[in-house]
Formats: sequence, structure tokens, C-alpha cells
Amino acid sequence: MSKTLRINGKTHQVDLPDDVPLLWVLRDELGMTGTKFGCGVAACGACTVQVDGEAMRSCQLPLGDVEGEITTIEGLGTPDNMAKIQAAWVEHQVAQCGYCQSGQIMQAASLLAENPSPTDADIDEAMQGNLCRCGTYPRIRAAIHSAAKMMQEA
Amino acid sequence: MASLKKIARRSFLIGSAAILGGVAFGTYKYHQPAPNPLQPAEGKAVLNPFVFVDQSGVTLIAPRAEMGQGVRSSWAALIAEELDVDPAAVTVLHGPAAKAYYNSAMMAEALPGRGYNNSDFQHSLGQVVGNFSKFLDLQVTGGSSSMKDGFERMRHAGASARETLKEAAAQRLGVSRALLDTKDGQVLAPGGVTLSYAELAAEAAGIEPQEVELRPAAQWKYIGKPVPRIDMLAKVTGTAGFGVDTRLEGMKFAAIKQSPYFGAGKRGYDASAAEGMPGVEKILDLGDAVAVVGSNTWLAQQAVDAIDVDWEAPSYPETTDAIFAEIAAAFDGSANSTLRDDGDVEAALPDGAELIEAEYQLPYLAHATMEPMNATALYTGDALQIWAPNQGPTIVQQAAADLTGLSKEAIEVHTTYLGGGFGRRIEVDYCNRAVQIAQQMKGTPVQLTWSREEDMSHDYFRPGAIARYRAAVKDGKALMVHGKIAAQSTTQEGAGRMLGLPMSGPDKGHVDAAFNQPLAIPNFRVEGYLAKPMIPVGFWRSVAASFNGFFSDSIIDEMAHKAGRDPLEFRLELARAEWEPAAQVLEQVRDMSGWSGKTPEGTGRGVAMAYSFGTPVAQVIEVEDRDGQIAITQAWIAADLGLVVDPKNTEAQLFSGLAYGLSAACFGEITFEGGMVEQENFPDYEAMRMPSMPRVEVAVLQNQKHMGGAGEPGTPPAAPALANALFDLTGKRARRLPLMHDFDLLS
Repeated sequence: MSKTLRINGKTHQVDLPDDVPLLWVLRDELGMTGTKFGCGVAACGACTVQVDGEAMRSCQLPLGDVEGEITTIEGLGTPDNMAKIQAAWVEHQVAQCGYCQSGQIMQAASLLAENPSPTDADIDEAMQGNLCRCGTYPRIRAAIHSAAKMMQEA
Repeated sequence: MASLKKIARRSFLIGSAAILGGVAFGTYKYHQPAPNPLQPAEGKAVLNPFVFVDQSGVTLIAPRAEMGQGVRSSWAALIAEELDVDPAAVTVLHGPAAKAYYNSAMMAEALPGRGYNNSDFQHSLGQVVGNFSKFLDLQVTGGSSSMKDGFERMRHAGASARETLKEAAAQRLGVSRALLDTKDGQVLAPGGVTLSYAELAAEAAGIEPQEVELRPAAQWKYIGKPVPRIDMLAKVTGTAGFGVDTRLEGMKFAAIKQSPYFGAGKRGYDASAAEGMPGVEKILDLGDAVAVVGSNTWLAQQAVDAIDVDWEAPSYPETTDAIFAEIAAAFDGSANSTLRDDGDVEAALPDGAELIEAEYQLPYLAHATMEPMNATALYTGDALQIWAPNQGPTIVQQAAADLTGLSKEAIEVHTTYLGGGFGRRIEVDYCNRAVQIAQQMKGTPVQLTWSREEDMSHDYFRPGAIARYRAAVKDGKALMVHGKIAAQSTTQEGAGRMLGLPMSGPDKGHVDAAFNQPLAIPNFRVEGYLAKPMIPVGFWRSVAASFNGFFSDSIIDEMAHKAGRDPLEFRLELARAEWEPAAQVLEQVRDMSGWSGKTPEGTGRGVAMAYSFGTPVAQVIEVEDRDGQIAITQAWIAADLGLVVDPKNTEAQLFSGLAYGLSAACFGEITFEGGMVEQENFPDYEAMRMPSMPRVEVAVLQNQKHMGGAGEPGTPPAAPALANALFDLTGKRARRLPLMHDFDLLS
């Protein structure tokens, strides 16, 4: 089926079966590789994007069900113009292998949009679906707190 | 003789081992410099195989893969330290597959000897033996060796480049090189004259590389200080190119189904259901597997799932219990190694001695890198290109040559970022599969991505292992430890597979972190027993130290309790009598954690210490009972690396190693039923997550004389420290992992 998607403020026309998950539309059809494939069963969070600001696992979101404005890591900020949350990630030198970080950042950005000053318990709750096999959690936590401060000061 | 001297000097640039080589293994052939793999474009001067200087500045060719450990940034700092450029201004590229980038430190680890007590002579010998890896074309990232390997060579490369550029400036200006200085990528001459490295590059190309003493530590500007990681910006903006992110003109996407039985072929298959499914372009018979090539990875995966394959039967024990019975059977044979045999462990115990007999059992484990196995290949008939997140490009290249019949020169390996390695990507199976597919898709680049299920069930697993310990204490002191360890041999199976050579003799890797623990126990023997090959096994973060760390520290904890001693003080006494740096890491975690030997009701604490990959690491872990569920609340880590290139990155490596070890300790196991792996995806193979990860405090010490690894040594003490904390909390001793079977852990 032919479908119009709004991604990072731009319109894309795609022609794929409507059961293809958004993840694979982004990656293999549109060449937007910032969103990662980790498990395919919504168990790791590597594929997290935002739909109308809400964090969702794009590996479990069939194309036919996509409604609303999609934001991916590419839409959050760029190397030349990073979002505050990305700057916080750099400040704390969070990433190791880095593969899960797109999903971590998209999840955290959604948390901060909802809750500008999350507690550690809030962070535990919001981030528990995002796996990191390098175990960067201590720095993710610190970066979320930093980003919250930066966003409040702005 | 002139030519001999020249060769020796040149090889010094790419491996200081060669200078020492004449003494111990001195044959001329080992000392030949490997061919320079970098073909300089016009206008570029190749100063040595690690550094490019051209109009765009300084480029470092880092022959180590970036799999999360920050090697690119740290090596840039080493070059910059001597070359007088800002590390941030150095462009870092991954080098092509080439002999000149052999990993000497990893092979040196393969020498017998406990490591911590090696003399300088033995360390030199280790460097020389490192030359064997050049001989074997071994360019690998593993064994926590990148810093040890690059520390001398990168600085020599930087120093040599600097002096050669100065010499080029001296010749141009007609002044003595001694009058020149360097700063920020420029040569400074008297009278305020400055010449950039870029403009001197072409002239430097015509000059014999200059050699110079390395700068003393007191002059270091970058080494020992945190350097922001070069890859950080790309990794937080989704722009870092991992293997799966490779995109080529006209590229197709593939999915694969391999036999659920290791080493078993297929009798036949029915792909009729897959034909005509959306996006399907080709269904390929790979002999012992099938694949679908199409327009989209997910569509190809749906189609490959629809193929009905008749697999041949497995030829190894089919259940976990039967496999472990085979491992236990290895104890009935003769020991492969007895690398520690102090005193007499068989002597009758004196009156008043108390005996402990314990059997421990640890499961097979998957690596479960976040980025599933994948590779992209383009085969044109007379050439092959491979894009892969790999830990050993020369091995990938050799395997592809064997598979295709092409010469190695016709095969180009591009190493992307690695979405986790942990030892899994030292293997080449996933690259070979992409090559097999590309061979049937001549002229079309194809990216093969394994499903998570395929990845988890087709690993080279950390071997399951059994340890049988007898130990005795008397009057509060350790009297005797006799450990026997049985498992499939990663060294024989993994290294043999990697190098294509049969490996034999005492397997040091198999008993690492057991025989060589820096503990003074008067009667101390460790024997290794090798189980027959059954399940494919490979290198998993810290290799055998991942199970031996648990065995050898758990028995010490049991002894401490039996002796009525404080577990930390008991270890400290044993370590202090053997090797001071091991005692110092224990003192450090004692002080950091405020260890008092007492814990309040509802809280438990455990300590563990393990020496592996040249680094002693002590950890204290605290657990808390929360209404019957146990949370891991705090961890303290102290490690002695001798010399630390980047403390912030080292801290990250150490708590990462802890997290990897805790994930396995709590939840990790690969089990078998009907010859198949029972775990399919992350829900069956849980790991530390944000709520379960403890708060961590890390101290990095620099007391020991030699440079230790960072990526792996954090893993071995994690499981025993946790198990010991659980004992403190509950009184229940964990002699098997994962702990989730015996304790209600917060996940």
C-alpha cells in the first residue's frame, strides 16, 4: 500500500505492505539508519522513536497503524546542532559501543518532555525497557539529570 | 649488514619486540617488516603504517576495532603526545586488513606464567613471542590488549613522524633539526618562521624515518588525562556507521535460516510458501543453510521463516544435563594442565583443620551484542568487498579467500563501528554467510542481518564449566586449596578455528584467573580438564576468567567464613603475602565502601578479587532485601592498571565489565533441549537494566609496574562479589549460576 509519513518535519511517500514495521521502513526504505534493530520483539528499545512526542518501539509498529508526526534520532539534533539532551550525553561521555544510544536518547527525551525534573525512580521507570549491553546506565542517569537542568535553565 | 640494521630499525617502528627478538627467537624471518599496507596517494607522505600526513592534516590509522572501548580516541592521544597535535584534530580511520598491524600483546598473554609476578625478562620475552602473531597474520581486537599493544608503538609512530617532519623543515630552511620545535601541527623555526605539517608532508616522504627517544612521563600532556571520545558525537546523533548501517548503491537485504543443530547439514527444504511473498527476490541454498534476498530485511525475514527445512540430526549430547555429564566426565581423564602446584595438597590434614568440598557449575552463555550479527558483501567474480563490524579483519579476509578461492589481495575488508563485540566478533561465521550470499548475487551488494533469534542460538558460546574444589582452613588461616576445572577448551577450539592451527599442550587460558590468583596459600594446586568439543565455544568477555573468577573467589569466601574470618581481611592477608598491588585494590574497596565487616538487617555485602589480563580488580557489592525481592544497590570497584591512558574511559570500561558480569550472574544461561538452544531473544536472556544496575564507584590505581588491560578484568569478580553478598544477606551459598534460579532478584 502507498502511505504518506511525516518524519522529522518532512513528508515521505512509501509503498510497502502495511504490516512492515516502521523500523524497517525507516532503515531499509528511507535510509534513515539512526534508529536501530536490536530484537524485533520490543524487548530492548534500540528502535525507539517518538510518535507525536510519545516514545514507541518502531519494531512493533506496523506501517498501517502509523498515525502522527514521527521523530527519529536524526530529527532530534545533528552533530552541528545537537539537542540539549545530546549535549548532555556528550558531557557525560555516555556511549561505549553506542548502538543502543539512539533508542536511549529518544526514550529519555520523551521522559523529559513529560517530566522536566525526573527523580531516580522516574528514570528507572521510564528507562527500564531500554537495554544496554555495555552497561552505560550510570552515565545515562547522570546525563538525564544534566539535561533536565540544562533544559530548565534555558 | 647494513640492510639487516635497516630492517631491524624499521621493524622497531611497528613492533618494539623485534629489537629484542634476536636474543630469544632470533630468526631473520620473524624480523622482516610486514609490507606497508597503505598505498599513499600522490601528494601524501607515508611516514609509517600508522600515520598519514597530508593536505587535510594528520590521520591515524587505527588497526583496532572500535567496539565501545574508546580505542580510537586513546590511540589518537598516544600519537598526539609525541606528534604535537591536538588529539581532537587527528582523524582516525580503521586500517585495512594487513599484517603490519599484528597484535603482539594478545599473543604475549598466551605465555605460561602467572603474569603478575613476571620478571622484566619475561615481559620482554612476551613482547618477542608477540612476533608470532605477526607471523600468523593476527590483527585482532581482544584480550584487553589494545592499550598494551599500542602504548609503545603509537608513541614511536608519533615521535618518528614528528622528527621526520622536522628533518624535512630543516632541509628546506637549511638549518639544523636541533634548532626546530613543534607545536599544534606546525614546525617552529627560529625567527618566528612556521611551517605546517601539511606543507612538509611531500618532502618528508623522501626522508628516511627518523628515530628518537620517547618523551618521559613528566612531559605528557594527554596521557593520563580524560580525552573526549572521537566517536561520541556520531553515537549520540545516530550518525555513527555500524555494520547494519552500511548502505550501498543497488544494495539488497537478506535474511538467513541456519540449522538449529550445530554442525548439522540439511537434507532438503521446501520454499514454496516463501516464493511470491512480498519483497522476495531470490531464495538461496547455502548448503547447510537457506537465505532470502529481497528489498527489505523484515520482508526477507518473513520469507525465510516460511521456508520449511529438513535438518540433519545433531551429533552431540542433546540436553543440558547430558552436556554437563560429558563435562564432568572430563574429570575422569588426565589433567591437561597443572599450572600451579605449591606445597602438597594431598598431604593428610593436620588436627584442627577444617575441610570444605564444593562443586560449582556455570552455564553456557551467549554474547548477545546489541547489534545482531551482520555483514555486507559485494562479489564481482574477481574481487570481493566486505563491510563488517568485526574484531579481526585479517581473519575475515583469510576466511573469505578460503571460501571464494580469491587471493587475499582481491578481498577488501571494511571495518565499521561495532555494536558490541565482547569476543563474538572475533569469529567470521557471519561474514562468511554474507560472502556465500554475495557469491550467488554477483555484482549486487547484499546486506545480511541475522534475526535476534538467529544470533542468540548461533553463537560461539562461553563454555559451561564445572569446578570441584577441596580446601582447608586451620586456626583462621588458609591451609590448602585444590581446584579442578572442567569445560570445553576455548583456546583449543576457538584459537584453533581462528588461526587454522591445531593447538595443544597445557591450556593456560582454560585456567586463567584460577591458577594465577595472587594469593599466598601454602598448599595450592589448580588442574585443568578439557571436555570434548560439543557446543561451539568461543571468546566471551574475559574468556575462562569469566568462570574461574567465580570458582576461585567463591572458595576463598567459603574458607573465610569457615575460618570465622572477615572475608575482606582474609583475602587481604593472602594477597599481601603474595603481591602488593592485589592487596592495594582490596584496601581501596575496603576504604571506598566503608567496609566494617558488619551489615544491618536486610542488607548484605560481598567482596571479591580477581587478577586477569594483567589487572587485579577488587569489587564490593551491596544487596538489599526489598519486601522479599533482592536489589543490587551499590558496587565499588578498584583496579590497578599500572598506567592509565584515559581515566574516564577506563572507569567506563570497568563498570561496563561489572555490568556484563552481573547480567550473566543474575540471568544469563544458554540451555539445550533436543540439541537446540532454548533461549531465543532478550526476554529469555535478561540483563542488567536501569533499575537493576547498582550505583557504581570506581577507583583506578597505578601501583603495579606493568600495564594491565581494562575491557575484561572488570567482569570476573562481579559474579562472586554478588554471590558473596547474597550469602551475607541470606546465609545461602550460591554454587551455581544464574542466581535467578535460587534467589528472587529485582530485574
